[in-house]
Amino acid sequence: MGFFLETLLGGLMAGMLYSLVALGFVLIFKASGVFNFAQGAMVLFAALAMARFSEWLSASGVGSAWMVNVIAFAMAAVVMFAVAWLIERLVLRQLVNQEGTTLLMATLGITYFLEGLGQSLFGSDIYKIDIGMPKEPVMAFESVFEGGILINQEDLIAALIAAVLVAALSLFFQKTGTGRALRAVADDHQAAQSIGIPLNRIWVIVWCVAGVVALVAGMIWGSKLGVQFSLATVALRALPVVILGGLTSVPGAIIGGLIIGVGEKLSEVFLGPYVGGGIEIWFAYVLALLFLLVRPQGLFGEKIIDRV
Amino acid sequence: MGHWQAENARLAFPVLTWVLCESNLKETKMKKPVLLLSALLTSVWLSATSSAWAQSKEQFVPVLSYRTGPYAPNGTPWANGFVDYLKLVNTKGGINGVKIAYEECETGYDTARSVECYERLKSKNPSFVQTLSTGATFAITEKAPGDKIPVLTIGYGRSESSDGAVFKWNFPIAGTYWVAADTILQAIAKKEGGWDKLKGKKIALVYHDSPFGKEPIPLIQERSRNHGFELQLLPVTPPGVEQKATWLQVRQSKPDYVVLWGWGVMNSTAIKEAQATGYAREKMYGVWWAGAEPDVKDVAEGAKGYNAITIQHGAEPNSDIVKTMLTQIHGKGQGTGPKEEVGQVLYLRGVMSAMIGIEGIRSAQERFGKGKVMTGEQVRWGLENLNLTQAKLDALGFKGVMRPISTSCMDHMGAAWTRVHTWNGKAWEFTSDWMQADEQILKPLVKATADKYAAEKKLTRRTGQDCQS
Amino acid sequence: MFYRENGQFKTSYQADQQIFPIVQDRWFMLVLLLIAFIGVPWFATDYMFSAILIPFVIMAMAALGVNILVGYCGQISLGSGAFMAVGAYGAYNFFARVPGLPLIPTLILGGLCATVFGVLFGLPSLRVRGLYLAVATLAAQFFADWMFLRIKWFTLDTPSGSVSVSNLQVFGLPIESDVSKYLFCLILLCVVALLAKNLVRGAIGREWMAIRDMDVAAAVIGIRPMYAKLSAFAVSSFIIGMAGALWAFIYLGAWEPSAFSVDQSFRLLFMVIIGGMGSIMGGFLGAAFIVVLPIFLNQFLPVLASWLGMTMSTTVVSHAELMIFGALIVWFLIVEPHGLARLWAIGKQKMRVWPFPY
Repeated sequence: MGFFLETLLGGLMAGMLYSLVALGFVLIFKASGVFNFAQGAMVLFAALAMARFSEWLSASGVGSAWMVNVIAFAMAAVVMFAVAWLIERLVLRQLVNQEGTTLLMATLGITYFLEGLGQSLFGSDIYKIDIGMPKEPVMAFESVFEGGILINQEDLIAALIAAVLVAALSLFFQKTGTGRALRAVADDHQAAQSIGIPLNRIWVIVWCVAGVVALVAGMIWGSKLGVQFSLATVALRALPVVILGGLTSVPGAIIGGLIIGVGEKLSEVFLGPYVGGGIEIWFAYVLALLFLLVRPQGLFGEKIIDRV
Repeated sequence: MGHWQAENARLAFPVLTWVLCESNLKETKMKKPVLLLSALLTSVWLSATSSAWAQSKEQFVPVLSYRTGPYAPNGTPWANGFVDYLKLVNTKGGINGVKIAYEECETGYDTARSVECYERLKSKNPSFVQTLSTGATFAITEKAPGDKIPVLTIGYGRSESSDGAVFKWNFPIAGTYWVAADTILQAIAKKEGGWDKLKGKKIALVYHDSPFGKEPIPLIQERSRNHGFELQLLPVTPPGVEQKATWLQVRQSKPDYVVLWGWGVMNSTAIKEAQATGYAREKMYGVWWAGAEPDVKDVAEGAKGYNAITIQHGAEPNSDIVKTMLTQIHGKGQGTGPKEEVGQVLYLRGVMSAMIGIEGIRSAQERFGKGKVMTGEQVRWGLENLNLTQAKLDALGFKGVMRPISTSCMDHMGAAWTRVHTWNGKAWEFTSDWMQADEQILKPLVKATADKYAAEKKLTRRTGQDCQS
Repeated sequence: MFYRENGQFKTSYQADQQIFPIVQDRWFMLVLLLIAFIGVPWFATDYMFSAILIPFVIMAMAALGVNILVGYCGQISLGSGAFMAVGAYGAYNFFARVPGLPLIPTLILGGLCATVFGVLFGLPSLRVRGLYLAVATLAAQFFADWMFLRIKWFTLDTPSGSVSVSNLQVFGLPIESDVSKYLFCLILLCVVALLAKNLVRGAIGREWMAIRDMDVAAAVIGIRPMYAKLSAFAVSSFIIGMAGALWAFIYLGAWEPSAFSVDQSFRLLFMVIIGGMGSIMGGFLGAAFIVVLPIFLNQFLPVLASWLGMTMSTTVVSHAELMIFGALIVWFLIVEPHGLARLWAIGKQKMRVWPFPY
């Protein structure tokens, strides 16, 4: 029983980490209708930027480790804003009104470009992001369960950061003028344009926000795993979350993340040994698929209405 | 296909393209893409056809490396060491006066790209090819005999290829995965106090889910049958970025030891997850591809106590060869990589790999003519009759780093010496004596698997007569 | 002026409905086939065969298959790598377990294995559409990845899981040399292309296109979506499976499951999008672009650097390759979202009216 709870908890926290990445997908799709396959590359690029900046800053002797991290984060955020602006300018503006598949392929092209650019600007070694996360585990409920329940402190803090981020984003969308404009654009581009909302600027803002989300995700994953090329493959782990929760729903990304995280870990730990192990990746996708068969637009996604 | 035909054809193609371009397509929008397309085709044509006529008085060594992609942090130091050693040989005047020409080709650890690199560099008369990837080894093993290029796989590749009677062109010199697995188990047994103490214990193998990771399983299963310990297999899907579920299973089953068989990011992630689930790093033993600086320096103190097996050498910052490298190569600004890397584990592995290849060429020159450029076939003989005595190794600068290697027709491995080194938080330290793999277990397994391969490919075992060539 | 159809009258329905109704087209095709079958083996070097021509021919076949599913039927699929894998391993099992089975039936049986797999993983398309389907097909990809690593039966219980084939022959002729490999793949490609072209010109092809354009309206006029979608998956995965078997047997020789990873799926999708969706020729053009481009960049960039007086390390070349590849994809999609086939069609149109601009 204790082990089951441990796995469940681990799954929930892994799920939160996936939803951090999934949030980026959802934000961009919501506002501009583009399925941003480059989100993984953006996470990698942002993490590389922050890791290298903090390395260079501490090498040039700037204050405490805390200051270094804050400044590096700010610098990386500026870099991501620049990336977002360039993508909107050079790619999205030229591809207005194209089909979904064309935009999808364009973002795949951006993926390759960002991967190459990130590695040539920042290097292809493993880099460290040290935001002071505790690495040792904590055992809870040692009296109730034998051996206690393992709680990974780093994951817990990451989950909290994700929750704070989602709360901030919700506030942003609900309470601020820009947030309202974003929701208007997500609802109907033409109507939003007709009331004077500047589409191009909105798209830049959305991609910037997605870039910051990617930076936070990159920072957390980078702190966990070290910043190197495989970080971009985290996006492939987050895709089932996106489709399970619905492409247009922020709460969907969270709920979807929790479901996928738990499903993955439980299946790997309890079903895996019977089939030899290594099933968590495809199990997540099959799980999302099963949910889709019941609700083809994801749990919280917008219903796809076809007019003939 | 005659050279003259191809020579004329080479020129015909671009002329044809130019003719096509200049005629009729006045429309600017069309002209640009068409011009681009024809320029593209022409350049590919010219560059592809020009490589066939590279004649050289130098010994060519292709370097299949990966400096980009997910395995770059591990592949880059190896490549730097390899190329640095080739430069060193050239500064000493080459091999009896024959200088080394080398060319790097980026494979990204992808089998198809490795094969493409191999095919591209094949025409330059390579002395040998080192694939640095198990997948590429399998693919190139099929092609090399036809192309007459020996495949040098130092510390990786097919474990059964140490049987030279079946695998004429494969040379897993200095150690294979079965050697690594066996000596890891020996080290564990020693720690427990003897093989009989292993009865009833549990050993988990956390492995990279690929042919590379699966290689040691037959040997470990054999040992587990003989000595009565339980083996738990835990595959990790490449690239091994998420291992929470694996290590939760480790935490539940509480194995006495964990053998880590990974490459690239999987290793550091595994150690980090081990730390996060509270598994003692002292009880972890990694293969030599999981026991290098990129795997542990990120974790630093958290990896303290982690053990790994070494293929003869470890991190040797005080060895003669490292000092030579620093003065002769890096001191003169010729270093391929950063100076801090010299003396680290993977750098030295690259140096050792290059050294063995060069000595194979030198050995070939002893028979086929000193000071001449050797063909692939001749280098193959040289690698098969390699006799690196301790004196020779010491002279080359490997004193205390390597033990003698002696290959033969039947034995393409030449030596099976390993040691255990442990990470102390800042550096690798040797924590065991020299060990050798147990021939009693190894030989029958190698023979059985090699026989299976021979039956499948309809090959006959080489005998005395063939061995003399 | 070059492409005028003036004076070419058809006197029978059969003549009117042929694949190349215009005489110039027929001549062009004939010349192209002559160059492909006779000219290329005469002039090409070994390296061109092994690095460019054979991959191009096999990938063109795979792109054809993907185009049928994505371009003609409108079901975006990211699981093409898995279909190739199933075709390859299926063919391998038949090859290794049934002694003496000739090569072509082996390949066809491999394709049939892929068909079964494709129909199975195409079932979700009946309920899920658009981008959701694209991500759902990734389930097929990762499942196939796992299946061939874990289930030892598929790899004949080899300890490492890596398999190889050798001693291929067809009708007694060995397929060892590069030229024979190339010609064998080319013949198969021509047969498959002909079959595919006829399929898409027929009733089933029109059903696919109706589903792609507006599936609700198609259902209203009596086209059964299940039949149309699943048949698209079936035909497409058969072709992709055969291409996968060829890729494994002829190009790689020895392979492991990672040879058919998700990168392969993306590559195939690129070929279809760049080549032009919904066009048989688009598959060929896209395959040529994607196969040749990395090699061209790899060879050309160091040359370019030396012209500018710099030396480029392999790392820099590799990164530049990635960046240029990505940028070119984006540029291409901006300039011509309908792909190379559309450029070709524009070219033909210009040839018709030359020297007049319109």
